Amino acid sequence: MHESVRRAMVTESLNPVTSTNSNMRLLIIEDDRESADYLVKAFREVGHVADLASDGEEGLALADNGDYDVLVIDRMLPKRDGLSLIGTLREKGNRTPALILSALGQVDDRIKGLRAGGDDYLPKPYSFAELLARVEVLSRRHSGPAEETVYRVGDLELDRLSHRVARGKEELTLQPREFRLLEYLMKHAGQVVTRTMLLENVWDYHFDPQTNVIDVHISRLRSKIDKGFERPLLHTIRGAGYMIRDGIR
Amino acid sequence: MTAFGKLVRTTAFRLTLVYLFLFALFAASLLGYFAWNTRRLITEQITTTVNAEISEINDIYSRRGLRGLVFTIGSRALRPGANLYLVTTPTGQAIGGNVGSLAPGVMGISGWTETAYRRLDDQDNMDHRALVHVTELSNGFRLLVGRDLEERRRMFGIVAKAAQWSILVVVVLGIGGGIFVARRVLQRIDAMTGTTQRIMAGDLSGRLPVGRSGDELDRLAENLNAMLERIEALMMGLKEVSDNIAHDLKTPLTRLRNRAEEALARSSSEADYRAALERTLEESDGLIRTFNALLMIARAESGQARGNMDDFDASDVANGIYELYEPLAEDDGMTLRVKTSGPAWLHGNRELVSQALANLVENAIKYGKPVTTVQPLGAGAAQGGKEILIEARREGDQVLLSVTDHGPGIPEGDRKHAVERFVRLEASRTLPGSGLGLSLASAVATLHGGELRLGDSRPGLVATLAIPARAGAGDRLAAQTQDVPQKAA
Repeated sequence: MHESVRRAMVTESLNPVTSTNSNMRLLIIEDDRESADYLVKAFREVGHVADLASDGEEGLALADNGDYDVLVIDRMLPKRDGLSLIGTLREKGNRTPALILSALGQVDDRIKGLRAGGDDYLPKPYSFAELLARVEVLSRRHSGPAEETVYRVGDLELDRLSHRVARGKEELTLQPREFRLLEYLMKHAGQVVTRTMLLENVWDYHFDPQTNVIDVHISRLRSKIDKGFERPLLHTIRGAGYMIRDGIR
Repeated sequence: MTAFGKLVRTTAFRLTLVYLFLFALFAASLLGYFAWNTRRLITEQITTTVNAEISEINDIYSRRGLRGLVFTIGSRALRPGANLYLVTTPTGQAIGGNVGSLAPGVMGISGWTETAYRRLDDQDNMDHRALVHVTELSNGFRLLVGRDLEERRRMFGIVAKAAQWSILVVVVLGIGGGIFVARRVLQRIDAMTGTTQRIMAGDLSGRLPVGRSGDELDRLAENLNAMLERIEALMMGLKEVSDNIAHDLKTPLTRLRNRAEEALARSSSEADYRAALERTLEESDGLIRTFNALLMIARAESGQARGNMDDFDASDVANGIYELYEPLAEDDGMTLRVKTSGPAWLHGNRELVSQALANLVENAIKYGKPVTTVQPLGAGAAQGGKEILIEARREGDQVLLSVTDHGPGIPEGDRKHAVERFVRLEASRTLPGSGLGLSLASAVATLHGGELRLGDSRPGLVATLAIPARAGAGDRLAAQTQDVPQKAA
């Protein structure tokens, strides 16, 4: 699956995907050997360095000492469960972003996970594309444009304070929700953003709609920001989600 | 014997025994007090009479000498019910009175003595008891005046008998009453135990007998019955979940397996394998979705999601869902509209209510198209028949979240069936989707103490989530509603 994603990303964008997200250092704490090996291998294939811990204590020791960009933590672990591991890390002042993987996918379990200090929560079973997109968004190396008031991708400009959006010299009129959608995409410009991530972050819903609601919103947004312009900025990443980026830079 | 042993071990019987003991103790002490006081009173009376007589006799003795004394005593001793008198010489010889014999040495003790005696004129040759007072006259003569204690003994006898009888009656009545009460309670408890044992053995439809008196046992039975009702519903839910899991998951799993098998057997090119794998992925994603929906319904049904509730405005939910689905509906050639009338506050799980409403909207978009869809696409969007309306409003103490479409609707006879947990209408089984949308919406409504109603919009379907409004949840919440208008403004 990850392979096809990677291929898709490479073929869709002109730059290889690894150039924006190269060499993230990840720690995977997962007790199921097969899933753990699969994750390590998959992350390495897209150019990241992934270490592995197979129980809570080992994971805590590694996370505490190593300089990791993102921790991927299974919620149910031998010796020390995932939530207590994160809690302990946070008490020690370790702020490494942590993504919790759990078979408990319900809303209240999610809230519990985030309250314990996790930064994101992904229910099992997940697709690797979803996990990869979330991990890359979480990574500290990409917190860059978050604080800026004006986001720019190519000739597209979004002013977060005045809510003004312009492409080149042309002023664009967006609905409030379209603005928030574009804002989120541009905040993570150059990164894959999945449909679920959009639903969670732009709409604040955590359920799984049975239909392609998000796609329709995206195509509306696309018709406003890309239609009539020579170079498209909003790309569909097959099997994963969407990405806003300036193809040629 | 074991039945009696069971009876004796009941709480009611033991309590009766405790009360019995307490009452017997009380009766005994009351009678004892009475007996002791009577005795004291009689003794006092005797001493007063005797003292008066002694002073009278002393008076006679000092005025008329020994002869007058003996004469007076002689005449007094002959009266009916007379006191006891005896005068003795210094040598101890009796010279007057009505006492025949005395316990030895009594005459030697001055003052009060209780003694056995016999009268001179006694026929029965029996000792009687008396309280006597002995005084020394001059010249060594001694005078005894006393009173028979028979009266006192009789009084005491009456009291003692009364004590015996009353204690006997208390004990008999107490034990009898105890057995009666214990048996009554035991019978009802036995009935309850029998029912619970039947229920434990697997017959969940059994209910405890409830009497008409409305006493504590009846209230207990009513509560236990309510609990059983809930347990039965949960068990039914669980059974239905497993049945549905069996059906809804096994079917796609079989498809999945068949495809993999077919790909292995028939595919020759990489493109074939790739296509087969992609279909496998799609199928497994669908499986995951169905699985999640089933879990969610089971969770909502069992009330587990209750831990995560807070206050929110149903109008916001309606607007949010409208905003999310409006483009999708338009793409499908339908018009989605939203109508809210002021804030409609709920206490509940916002996420679940949103999802329930989203399911209703998805259903309306999927199945709510007018039956005669022959209009050209462009004109269709403006047509009233293609309109779907989301509505949020407060009605009485309920908040209504409804979705109205103008499609074929659900036939009246099928509606009740459709709202029942996990039931899917045959007509919808063949359509795409997990078909659990209405089930989840209904489960969410039930979780919030409300219900999912299906009605007719002539033509079309009105699906309404009717959930109790927040203000009805209690005084504490009612107090909070004061700041609602500010929030809404």
